[in-house]
Amino acid sequence: MSFRHAAHAALADTQMRTNLHHATRTIRARRQEAVGEVAGWEPLRTEGARIKDEALASLDVQLETLEAAVTAAGGRVHWARDGAEACAIVTRLVQAEGVHEVVKVKSLATDEIHLNEALAMAGIAAIETDLAELIVQLAHDRQSHILVPAIHRNRAEIRDLFRRTIGPADLSDDPAELAETARLHLRERFLRARVGISGANFAVAETGTVCVVESEGNGRMCTTLPETLITVMGIEKLIPRWQDLGTMLTLLPRSSTGERMSPYTSLWTGVTAGDGPRAFHLVLLDAGRTDVLADPVGREALRCIRCSACLNVCPVYEHVGGHAYESIYPGPIGAILAPQLARMEQHADLPFASSLCGACADVCPVKIDIPRLLVHLRGRANEQGGHRAQQTTMRLLRGVLSSRRRYELAQRAARHGRGVLHRTWQHGPLGAWNDSRELPEVPAQSFRDWWRTRP
Amino acid sequence: MRLLERLGHEVVFPVQQTCCGQLHANSGFESDGLALARRFVRVFGGADVVVAPSGSCVAMVREQYPRLAETSGDAHLLGEVRAHAPRVYELSELLVGVLGVEDVGASYPHRVTYHASCHGLRSLRIGDAPLRLLRAVRGIELVELDEAEACCGFGGTFAVKNAEVSGAMLAAKLERIAATGAELCTAGDDSCLMQIGGGLRRQGARARTVHLAEILASTEGVT
Repeated sequence: MSFRHAAHAALADTQMRTNLHHATRTIRARRQEAVGEVAGWEPLRTEGARIKDEALASLDVQLETLEAAVTAAGGRVHWARDGAEACAIVTRLVQAEGVHEVVKVKSLATDEIHLNEALAMAGIAAIETDLAELIVQLAHDRQSHILVPAIHRNRAEIRDLFRRTIGPADLSDDPAELAETARLHLRERFLRARVGISGANFAVAETGTVCVVESEGNGRMCTTLPETLITVMGIEKLIPRWQDLGTMLTLLPRSSTGERMSPYTSLWTGVTAGDGPRAFHLVLLDAGRTDVLADPVGREALRCIRCSACLNVCPVYEHVGGHAYESIYPGPIGAILAPQLARMEQHADLPFASSLCGACADVCPVKIDIPRLLVHLRGRANEQGGHRAQQTTMRLLRGVLSSRRRYELAQRAARHGRGVLHRTWQHGPLGAWNDSRELPEVPAQSFRDWWRTRP
Repeated sequence: MRLLERLGHEVVFPVQQTCCGQLHANSGFESDGLALARRFVRVFGGADVVVAPSGSCVAMVREQYPRLAETSGDAHLLGEVRAHAPRVYELSELLVGVLGVEDVGASYPHRVTYHASCHGLRSLRIGDAPLRLLRAVRGIELVELDEAEACCGFGGTFAVKNAEVSGAMLAAKLERIAATGAELCTAGDDSCLMQIGGGLRRQGARARTVHLAEILASTEGVT
C-alpha cells in the first residue's frame, strides 16, 4: 500500500489520532525541559554527530577492533550480510542450547529482520518483555513508534487486551495494575529463560562493551539471568571509544524519553565468570547498511541513535501515526532510513511524505539534516522513473520560469483564463488540493504591471 | 515597496526575475532547480541587498543554492552564489537584524495572530523578528497563536501529493486560529498564507490572511 492510501485509513482513525496527539505532546514537553537543562546542548549535538561520522568513516576497521575486543573478553562475533543470515545464525545458536523459548529485550534490529517470525518457524517462541512490545505481540499488532511501539493504544484498550490474554477478568485500567499484570506474566518467563536476545544502543569498539538503555528493568533481566545472551546489532551502532559513551548517554535519554538518564543503563563486555551469562554472542548485521554508506549524502541517516525525538515533533507523524509508514522505522527518520535500507522502490513514496517543515532536524541529537536527505532521496526516487507526469510538469514549469516573456504570458493567461484554470485544477491531477481548501484568487493586476505603471 | 521606500531605501524590481526554483529542487529535480539558480544569480547579481517577502525563497537561495552549485561542479557558479547568497534577506530579518528597525511607522487597527512559517523559523532563524515588528505597529491587537511554530501543512508539492495529510495539518492550524478570535492571520510566507487562506475561505470563516509586509506598509487609520 502507498503512504497516501495508508494515511487515508489512519486519518479516519480518530481514537488513534487522539491517543497520538496526547502522547506526542507530553513527550515533546518532557524533552524540551530535559534538553533545556543542558547549557552546552548545541556543542554536545555537534560532538554526537562527529562521533558517529568518525565511526562511519572508518567502520570497516572499527568493526574488526570491536570483534577483537569482544573475542578477547570471551564473547563470539558473527557477521550477517542480511536479515536472513542473521536470523539463521540466531536460530542455530538457540537450537544449540536445546530450548524452545527465548526472552527478548526491545530491539528494532531484530524487528527489522523479522527474527521472531524466523524463530517461530523453527518452533522457538520469542517472548517480548518490554511492556509496549508485549502489548503489540499479544494483540498481533504492529509497532507504530520507535520508542513507544504501542503509542497508538490507550489504557482502556490495553486493559481489554490484557483481560483477553494474560490478566484477570476484573482488571482495571489503572497503569500500576496493568504493569503488575505484565510483571507477573513476565517474571515467570524471565526465571525459566535460558537464552536472552537483545539489540544494542551502542557498542564500543576499543573495549568491546555493549550498551542497552531501557526504562523497565526487563532488559537487565534478559541480559543477566539467562545462561546465553545473543545480541543483534546493526553495524552502524558502533562508537569508537569508551569516552564517547558519555556524550551519547547524555544525548539519548534526554532526546528520547526526556529523562536525564535512563532508569536502566546496562553495559557488558564479553562474559564474566560467575556473573551473568556464560556465553555471549554478538551478531553484526549489515542488511543494507554498507549500501547506505556508499551514498555520500544519504549515509548521514546512519548516525541515527533511534531516540525518536523526530517522530514526536513531526506534524505528519502526529496526524497519521506510525503504521502508515509501513516500516519498523516510521516518522521523519523512517522516511529517510526505510527507503535506503530496503530497496528504494519499496518505500519510494516515503521521502515525499513530508512538508519539509524542519522540526525534525532541530531536535535530532546527532544533527541529521533530515529535510536535506528527504530532498536528496526524492531525487533518487525520481531517477527510478514512474514519475513521468511530474517530470514533464517540472520541465514545462522550468521552461516558463526561464524566460521573462513566457512567465508574464503565463501570468496573463492565469488572469484571463481563471475559470478554465479553476475547473482544470478541480478535476485534474491537482484536484486533491480542493478537498480542504480554495484556490487563491488571481489578482486583477500583477505586481510587475503595477510596478511598470506606477507614477 | 511602499514600506522600504518609506524607510528611505531605493528599491529596484528586476522584471527579469521569475522563481527561485525551490519547487523543483525540493521535489527532487535538482537540475531544473540549478537552471533557475543560474538565472537568479544573473538577474540579481548587481544589487547591494536582495530582499524577499518569503522566508522559504530566501532559504532556498542561502541554503540550497551553494549545495546545488557545489554538486554541479560549476566552480564559477559556486563563486557567484557564495558572493551573492549572503546578501539575500527575508523582509523581517532585513528590517530588524540588518537595519535595526522595529517601528516602521505602520498603523493597522485589527486583531491579528501570527503564524511562524517553517523556513523563516528553522532555516533562517529569524526568531521573533516578525513579532517585534508587529508589536510596534500602531493600533494592532496581537493575539498569540497556540503552537504557532507548527507547520501549516503546505510544503509545496506535498499539499498535492499528500493532500489529505496536508489537509489534516491545515485543519489543526485553522482550529487554533479560530481559538484566537483574530480577524486576520499573518505570516512571512505567501505559500503558508495561500494554504491557510484557502482553508479559511473553504470554511467560510470570518478570519482572512494578510502578509506581514502588507501590515507593515499599512497606514490605515492614520489621519
